[in-house]
Amino acid sequence: MTSKEKSGQSLNQIKTSTNIVFNVVFLILAVLCVIPLLFVFSISITDEEAIRANGYQLIPQALSSSAYNFLWNERMTILRAAFMSVLVTVVGTIISIALNTSMGYVVSRRNFKLKTIYTWLIFIPMVFNGGMLASYVVVNNILGLNNSIWALILPLACSAFSVTICRTFFRTTVPDSIIESAKIDGAGQFRIWSQIVLPISKPVMATIGMFAAFGYWNDWFQASLYIQDTKKQTLQSLLNNMQKNIEYIANNPYGGLSLQQYKLSMPTESVRMAIAIVIIVPIACTYPFFQKYFISGLTIGSVKE
Amino acid sequence: MEMKKTLAGGKTPSVKPRKKRWSKDDTELFLLSLPTLLWFLIFSYLPMFGIIIAFKVYKLSPGGHGFIYNLLHSEWAGIGNFKYFFTSNSFSMLLRNTILYNIAFIIISASVAVGGALMLSNMRNKRGSKVYQTMMFLPYFMSWVVISYFVYALLTPERGYVNGIIRAMGGEGIMWYQEPKYWPFIIIFLNTWKGMGYGMVLYLASITGIDPSLYEAAVMDGATKAQQARHITLPAIKPVFIMMLILDCGKIFNSDFGLFFQVTGQLPASLYTTASTFDTFIYMSIQSSSPIGQTAAASFFQAICSCGTILLANWVVSKLDNENRII
Repeated sequence: MTSKEKSGQSLNQIKTSTNIVFNVVFLILAVLCVIPLLFVFSISITDEEAIRANGYQLIPQALSSSAYNFLWNERMTILRAAFMSVLVTVVGTIISIALNTSMGYVVSRRNFKLKTIYTWLIFIPMVFNGGMLASYVVVNNILGLNNSIWALILPLACSAFSVTICRTFFRTTVPDSIIESAKIDGAGQFRIWSQIVLPISKPVMATIGMFAAFGYWNDWFQASLYIQDTKKQTLQSLLNNMQKNIEYIANNPYGGLSLQQYKLSMPTESVRMAIAIVIIVPIACTYPFFQKYFISGLTIGSVKE
Repeated sequence: MEMKKTLAGGKTPSVKPRKKRWSKDDTELFLLSLPTLLWFLIFSYLPMFGIIIAFKVYKLSPGGHGFIYNLLHSEWAGIGNFKYFFTSNSFSMLLRNTILYNIAFIIISASVAVGGALMLSNMRNKRGSKVYQTMMFLPYFMSWVVISYFVYALLTPERGYVNGIIRAMGGEGIMWYQEPKYWPFIIIFLNTWKGMGYGMVLYLASITGIDPSLYEAAVMDGATKAQQARHITLPAIKPVFIMMLILDCGKIFNSDFGLFFQVTGQLPASLYTTASTFDTFIYMSIQSSSPIGQTAAASFFQAICSCGTILLANWVVSKLDNENRII
């Protein structure tokens, strides 16, 4: 930074006192956003007896790794759910990138004969959809994907929004001359897309991929609609089902369970919080690195032609 | 628009005939787009025919046929399903909840996001601002199931942190999940909390895109910070603001299902009239054994209203300020 810029900036800076106030405000907001994680983590490492005696405490009186030991002993269930989550996320993200970028590329070609039809085809779902029930009927009754991992992957694989982001990106950053010269060299459109356009479009692939990956990892709604088989549940649906069972038993205290069964079927609170931690940690560790792609995607998406 | 560009480009129109014939290129592009095309037809367009369900009394035909067969052979209900839905006790409650929550969400989230972005852009310590942004972005990446665990840790009556604090100060613990009066605030707070990082960063991105010379000129003319914000920053972020507003208006009949269903603890009876929305109603109907036609009527009503509001919002914006419409 040159000295001129520096002095120009200091001319137009906010007062020190205002700066301090701003910092305090954002410090409070930022802590507010992160602290629930600490709550959950501290419950997961608190001794069950201490919870019973004192309730949850931010600084546990008695530490215990029993929740994580429990997860380790139940690692088959946890690992299977984690494997499902990873599988759905990885396969889904790859499919999602392929579907969105191919369509985005096709509608970005100005000479394509069906361009107008395609533009409408992509636009209409942005303003009108058949609703939750109709989608459920399509996936469940017509495609018969109940209890299949494709029911978790396919409905979220593509969106008009992502296709539009891709189209705008290809229009604005991939020079037509590259594509024309590849065509002259005899490359077909599939080859142009896969070997020329995609390799120079990493930012938009990262954006689409990140939206898809976080969407799949965080999805519990599709799972709660379509997956009943406990062997096929993801981490999110594992957590969701535990919560459901607990509400069910709380609402139906005599729901056919003896106290003994109740205790056995009910994971302790530290265990449930520990599973939440297992879900959160991969996200919390990765999102700071991918944050910029979210923002670039949003700004690309809002560029009008 | 397209035509104009080619004409401005010059030679191309004279070389190419106006009506281009179907070429090998078109075939290749069509094949490349085929998988996505099928996806759109199955997952976006096929559900649109779900409209029919709303006008039928769905019955299982004897003989174990598929869903479509049964549907086509069910009797027409006319507008009976809609009538049932509109006259049911839930309808006005659902309409009120869905719309009022959304209006509160739009106003509060937009003010927090714009205000926050203005403050962040003026902060002197840029690195601190980056750290705050990253921290505030975290809730955006959490699913509602995970957030419902956060809320549970805070609010569960016997052990929760909040009641712990209340008791420590000599008060009496509150049965949070039984008390509807607190939930509008909790729901609005959580919605703001989850989205604020995203909103601020979105507006901040468009603020950083503003030409710095505008501010330099303003300083030369003796403009204060507040005047700069009013006359430079706010007009510059107006397009993004209006785009977000139109999109939010399109969602005014929809609700974030997870927020209303998961966070309240599967929507217990005590909170039913406070936190029910169209989405929770439809979901609970799918899970229960209520007639599919009536559920479809509710779902269809919601979809039509969403479509109507987004077009209306866009129309209003186009009348006020044609530059900023999105469609």
